[in-house]
Amino acid sequence: MSLAQMLEVVSATDPGMVRTNNEDSIASDPSHGLAVLADGMGGYNAGEVASGIATTVITTELQQLLDQRPPYAIEEATGRTAAEKILREQVFRANSSIYQAAQSQPQYAGMGTTLVVALYYDNKMSVAHVGDSRLYRFRDDNFEQITRDHSLLQEQIDSGLITKEQAKGAANKNLVTRALGIDPTVDPEIHEYETKVGDIYLLCSDGLCDMVSDEDIGEALRMLGGNLTLCVHQLVQMANDNGGRDNVSVILIRVLREYPAPRGVLSKVFGWLR
Amino acid sequence: MAKLILSMDGLVLKEFTLGKERTTIGRKAHNDIQIDNLAVSGEHAVVVTILSDSFLEDLGSTNGTLVNGQTVKKHFLQNNDVIELGKYKLKFVSDGPAPAKAVDFEKTMVLRPGALRPQPGAAAPGKPAGAPGSPAAAAAAPAAPPPTPQRAGALQLLSGANAGRQLDLTKPLTTLGKPGVQVAVITRRPQGFFITHVEGANFPVVNGKTLDAQAHALGDHDVIEIAGVKMEFFFKT
Repeated sequence: MSLAQMLEVVSATDPGMVRTNNEDSIASDPSHGLAVLADGMGGYNAGEVASGIATTVITTELQQLLDQRPPYAIEEATGRTAAEKILREQVFRANSSIYQAAQSQPQYAGMGTTLVVALYYDNKMSVAHVGDSRLYRFRDDNFEQITRDHSLLQEQIDSGLITKEQAKGAANKNLVTRALGIDPTVDPEIHEYETKVGDIYLLCSDGLCDMVSDEDIGEALRMLGGNLTLCVHQLVQMANDNGGRDNVSVILIRVLREYPAPRGVLSKVFGWLR
Repeated sequence: MAKLILSMDGLVLKEFTLGKERTTIGRKAHNDIQIDNLAVSGEHAVVVTILSDSFLEDLGSTNGTLVNGQTVKKHFLQNNDVIELGKYKLKFVSDGPAPAKAVDFEKTMVLRPGALRPQPGAAAPGKPAGAPGSPAAAAAAPAAPPPTPQRAGALQLLSGANAGRQLDLTKPLTTLGKPGVQVAVITRRPQGFFITHVEGANFPVVNGKTLDAQAHALGDHDVIEIAGVKMEFFFKT
């Protein structure tokens, strides 16, 4: 079942105002209900290589696996959805690809990337993330962050060392505690959420949320939600107008209509006819 | 290197450089910063400094430690924080960002779990205590406030039910028109104000000319027409 008619996906990536190269990498495949965003790090062009490997490995492999096995199927062994298993495996694969490249080629040593992946199926969404790339949800006029950063700052907030207000002026904003390609293993955080028609999901790199306040991002979605292309353009522009110190990447996904999993013969027929 | 400036009743007594990983504060002589006053406990507090980050921790003192007027047990020190022990004040002054590294300061860095050192005497072993082990922290600079346009802009409605009303364009985005019919947005940018079509079959008209999908820079006293309503844009003096 293709989700291309149910999801509107618009994306943009921009090097920003300071950097000459873009270490972010984005990919999306509306028909498979997939969006991937990675923010690479490492010297020279290693950051681009790491984020590029992450998006490429995850999109190509996921597409094949999703064609073989529907994401909403329940795994007998674990009782969880196939989506979660597939996502976890693909994050592992991407991690080892980057790790091996970093180990074997000296110019890539120490490269890594953050990652956020959203996979849509059966009126649901599975989100996997590693590091400080984020997913936000805009629903019924509420704009909220869904993922929680794997960063030193977030840990400090969680442990009560500093407050959210203090965090805004903190110096160590960009220290992530988890990333792909740094160690032989990685621990992705994966959760499943219900989606509703009209929801808008935002995947972004820290180049957006460090430069533009959550209130202003929410305001842009509220006002320009009717025109996602303009909205994506506006978000990138806002980040650049505020200084654009990092690469900016944005993926917006709007749920246009319901997309339940085909159950039984009749709905399968309807699925084909759609 | 960061400093602590000791003062009492507004009188500066001494300056201490935070050159060590642990700088102890207390009444007893073995402390790095000795404050010989009965209100100060023998071992009162400690400042743990790792690269450019400093954390203050109260060591279970009798009278407590205040930072900016609030009692703290543990605190991540920021520039110009004022630590109070009894009548004494210690002002924390962090060193300025290294200019040569400033370019890189937004760079995302990985903090490997192994790089986290437990805070001495405080955190249980194995629990990260928040000790950044990366030069990114040293290179960090305070974020500059977002640039705003030089001049404030406003709209005056010329026709429709609210004719005569004035609307200040203070927010980054202001939408105009009727949802579902025709909507345009005015964006406030460092370069000025721009109008862009959002939705609807008709595009906004500025000074009698219909716009295309591109953003259009607004000039002083431009007349805009959206969803049948005319309005004038002007810069406020």
